[in-house]
Amino acid sequence: MPVKFEVNGKRVEVEVEPRLTLADCLRHKLRLTGTHVGCEHGVCGACTVLVDGAAVRSCLMLAVQAEGAKVVTVEGLSRDEGLTPLQASFRKHHALQCGFCTPGMITTAHALLSEEPNCDADRVREVLSGNLCRCTGYISIVEAVLDARTAYRRRGGGNGA
Amino acid sequence: MKLPPFDYACPTSVSEVVALLAAHDGEAKPLAGGQSLVPMLAFRVALPSLLVDLRKVAELRHIKITNEGIALGAMVRWREILDDARLRTAHPLLIAAVAHVAHYQIRNRGTVGGSMAHADPAAELPGIAVTCEAKIAVTGKAGARVIAAADFFQGPLTTALQSDEIITEIRLPLWPAKRRFGFQEFARRRGDFAMAAAALFYDEDGGKARNAHIGAIGVADRPLRLKAAEDAINGTSIDEAVIAKAEAAASASVDPADDIHASGAYRKALIGVMVERALRDAAGLKTT
Amino acid sequence: MSTTAPKRASNLFVGSPIERLEDLRFLTGRGQYVDDLAVENMLHAAILRSSVAHGRILSIDSSAARARRGVHAVITAADIGTVPTIPLRHDPTPAIRRFEQPVIADGKVRYVGEPIAVVIAESAALAEDALEAIAVDIEALRVVADREFARKDDIILFETVGTNVPDTITAVRGKADDAAFNSAPYRRREHFSVQRHAAVPMEPRGLLAEWDDANARITVRGACKVPFTNRRALAQMMNLPEASVRMVEYDVGGGFGARGEFYPEDFLIPFAARLLGRPVKWTEDRRENLTALNHARDMECDLEIACARDGALIALRAHACTDIGAYVRTNGATAARNIAQVLAGPYRIPHVRVDVSLVITNKTPVGTYRGPGRFESDFCRERLFDMAAADLGVDRVEFRRRNLIREADMPYPLPKVQVLDIESECDSGDYQITLDRCLAEFKWAERAKLNGKLIDGRHHGIAVGCYLEGGGTGPRENVRLAVEADGSISLFVGSSSVGQGVETVFAQIAADALEVPMERINRVLHGSTDYVAQGFGSFSSRSIVMGGNAIGDAAQKLRTLIREAAAKRLQCQASDIVIDRGMAVGPAPARAAIALKEFAGLCADGTFASAKRTYSYGAHAAYVAVDAKTGHVELIDYVAVEDVGRIVNPLTLHGQCIGAVVQGLGGAFLEHFIYDENGQLLTGSFADYLMPTASDFPQIRAVALEDKPSPLNPMGAKGAGEGGIIPVGGVVANAVAAALGSLGVEPRDLPLSPPRLWQMIQAARATCAAR
Repeated sequence: MPVKFEVNGKRVEVEVEPRLTLADCLRHKLRLTGTHVGCEHGVCGACTVLVDGAAVRSCLMLAVQAEGAKVVTVEGLSRDEGLTPLQASFRKHHALQCGFCTPGMITTAHALLSEEPNCDADRVREVLSGNLCRCTGYISIVEAVLDARTAYRRRGGGNGA
Repeated sequence: MKLPPFDYACPTSVSEVVALLAAHDGEAKPLAGGQSLVPMLAFRVALPSLLVDLRKVAELRHIKITNEGIALGAMVRWREILDDARLRTAHPLLIAAVAHVAHYQIRNRGTVGGSMAHADPAAELPGIAVTCEAKIAVTGKAGARVIAAADFFQGPLTTALQSDEIITEIRLPLWPAKRRFGFQEFARRRGDFAMAAAALFYDEDGGKARNAHIGAIGVADRPLRLKAAEDAINGTSIDEAVIAKAEAAASASVDPADDIHASGAYRKALIGVMVERALRDAAGLKTT
Repeated sequence: MSTTAPKRASNLFVGSPIERLEDLRFLTGRGQYVDDLAVENMLHAAILRSSVAHGRILSIDSSAARARRGVHAVITAADIGTVPTIPLRHDPTPAIRRFEQPVIADGKVRYVGEPIAVVIAESAALAEDALEAIAVDIEALRVVADREFARKDDIILFETVGTNVPDTITAVRGKADDAAFNSAPYRRREHFSVQRHAAVPMEPRGLLAEWDDANARITVRGACKVPFTNRRALAQMMNLPEASVRMVEYDVGGGFGARGEFYPEDFLIPFAARLLGRPVKWTEDRRENLTALNHARDMECDLEIACARDGALIALRAHACTDIGAYVRTNGATAARNIAQVLAGPYRIPHVRVDVSLVITNKTPVGTYRGPGRFESDFCRERLFDMAAADLGVDRVEFRRRNLIREADMPYPLPKVQVLDIESECDSGDYQITLDRCLAEFKWAERAKLNGKLIDGRHHGIAVGCYLEGGGTGPRENVRLAVEADGSISLFVGSSSVGQGVETVFAQIAADALEVPMERINRVLHGSTDYVAQGFGSFSSRSIVMGGNAIGDAAQKLRTLIREAAAKRLQCQASDIVIDRGMAVGPAPARAAIALKEFAGLCADGTFASAKRTYSYGAHAAYVAVDAKTGHVELIDYVAVEDVGRIVNPLTLHGQCIGAVVQGLGGAFLEHFIYDENGQLLTGSFADYLMPTASDFPQIRAVALEDKPSPLNPMGAKGAGEGGIIPVGGVVANAVAAALGSLGVEPRDLPLSPPRLWQMIQAARATCAAR
């Protein structure tokens, strides 16, 4: 069946089977392969995207359920080749190694900081506990997110993406 | 782990939903937040021929607070409960429990109706419903009916719902402002299902506890009220001795089975500890 | 030509916390992992895996599956003919080779998850749908579900071999016989075990194979870790010359030892592509990943030490047993070999004998997982040391200090591994330095006051332990450096990237060695078989030692070439030319400079060979609080100190260490592959196989030193990827024991899950009450 929605500011229309997850639709129909699939059962968080501003696991959502929604993936967060302050903070703190969980970490942290630019370390840890990383041990990720808070305070919260 | 094939419908009213479910004779499944159902599809342990998406059914999205209590539409998401400032005073026990539900992204999608219908014995909301004597409003082809929470849960992933019925609303009785409460949960990691959790409240009358409700999560095939533990505190002023009695009574009231994560003996002891700690929170007593 | 500024200080990049080059693509979603690939005409594979742990295949009927819409083929053993087995990459004793895994179940199934058939279809979903239509009739045989039963040989997994014990690996130093133990003033013997858990990288495996019929050539995308070794294996199995097999590496979402070894799918997918003449892609899903990818650990050990009254160690002996699952995979014996070799750790123990038996059971085969055998060994040894120190009334720290190998003892031989004839020795180091630094960072003296105390209802405890990390495994690595038309340098290397950041650290090393700015190293091309004639890959903490030193060699040669070419142009001696900031600069006073692009086309091959391993070392300390009522352990603080000889990038090294520590904590507290008596895996999803999350272990500190460079390579580098995980189990278990000392709780088995710890506390209390 056909489904129409917006991805990273662009309107798209795709023909999908009802069983296709939003994650697979983004990756294989729309070729937005920045969204990763690590478990397909809603635990690892690598597939996290923003749907109407809220961070969701795209492996637990059907593509047909995105009808009319605004979807933002990791590719949609930074314009051109540059890094956003959050992405730059990840780089500075060495908050990624293999890079596989990174898109989910970035989208989740972006949603959190957009909603709660003053969150504390415990809140960051709680929110990121829904995203598995096997490389970093998380400490640098938490530091990177905390360090990026100032950039979100400056833009006065809200979901800019 | 690609999902098995199914058809999809996205109706806008409860009556259409019920008609679709009834027409498929048990082969159709309502899709609420999808946070439990989609993993079951991915593992192919659920193989419905039709998914009936509830996301456009506007009549399932309300949070109503009246002088009879709180009514949560089946499609209310965890996030909406946590974001609703009114609920923090209207039902602080609910808020305390929902704070333990899964993770950030799951809370943005998961719904109260989905959790109730899924009926995991270790889930928070079913435990709150049983503890608080909630009523579950459901609608099917035979019409609407209301089921007491204690009768709704019938075993692991098993409820009183008929295959053509959906939950429309969860009704929690009015919460008096001065009620004392506690919620304690022990899980392996943050956001995991409870190994055991205790939800409890009581009212006070002249310094004595009365109307105690103590619920246990994760220690049986469904959430339970622990009457013996309630009896241990009703009519008392909560002190160390009462807490110890309640802990012992809570442990003695359950007989959990062994499973891969823990022995039954562990869970039996753990529920006592959770009751003890929740009771301390309620009474404002420190850990010794 | 222009004149240039004075020569900059060398060694500008090596040693600096350079932000990674890889990050730019990873952070913006532009990384390219194998499942991101799509090519014209591509088909998709799904694999039918055994749901029975042990059985005889009576029949496979795939006709219904073949008839389904979108299905192109169903491949079983019968379609392959003579089913090849997967060759061992490490430690191939003749005894062990008899247990190699066939690439598809051939008459028998021996573990849940073993491939039985491959469906090739238009989409991954259609392929998965068709799996259900394959009818497999299996006569179930009695399951060998644990080591104890396996060793009885009542039920034999390989009838023609006649035993479930492929081999026993023995390592010896001195004479750890009865005489040594009987004459010792003190001895203690204990039994320990470490549970089955695994690497579980976040990216599941994937392969995309394309057969080029015109040239009879296969391209396999998704290779990693050891592409050259796997090329050789695949060429043999497909009866092709090695040159007709091309392995291409993409971004890899973590390896940790497990990913990139040769698995059944590494044959099945290329085979399918050749059979059908169309590209075939397979992406492992997480459910199959948890039974298909190598498991690890799963050992028990009967360990005995003898020492003098002052704690000086005299002898150590042990019988260990590793459950290696249903087959011996490429490196299935490596953990056992390591246990034999390093159970004695960084300690001077004159007499050592360790026998490690490998046992076959109906479970997923094992392979290496970061710190293979070392994590297990350290847990057993460090636990027993704390017990012994307590018995002797010797301070735990002093016990270790007294026994650590001294700098004056270097090089100090490890016990010799007899069957494999492996000898190795600690290359250099002052093991006291890392112990002292660890104690200082940890504030040991201050915290010792809290040890064993009950504070706010929780028991507090601390512990410290020491370890060795073998790395820099040979035999060699090859590198090519080439000057491109724009004056940039391309670096081709046989090492693989598994996500550890080799592009950045190799660029740092190359930039320093060539004395060019780092941005001049425009690409670091690694892993794929196109880049160098022969590469050796990334395993056993070898990339910086082997690849890094090979870069040094290639750079030296390229500099010579450039200087010679420049000298010719400037009509001076090559020795007069200096290379500075990407220019070849002639002698004073003219200091004429030629841009590197003038030398486009020059290239140099470098190599580094070493038969000797490097040994990093260190000490870790942990501070825990135990809730005796729930069995929960909070890790209040954790400090890791290591000496890696030479630090190339402090940022990435720090990341390696912290990441490894947290993996170790997962193994110590959370992760457990639990099987039932029928050989069914009960923890086969991420809801049940519990890996650490962001909120579990928030307080970990890591300090890296480069006090004692390795004498074995020009850089002085030692392996550094695995040290972080090695001592974790022992250190935290000792901290828990210290916390619960008043109750007499002595953990002997991992993981320390809350229910298990609670059970131990109950048992200890019952024992106390009975006294």
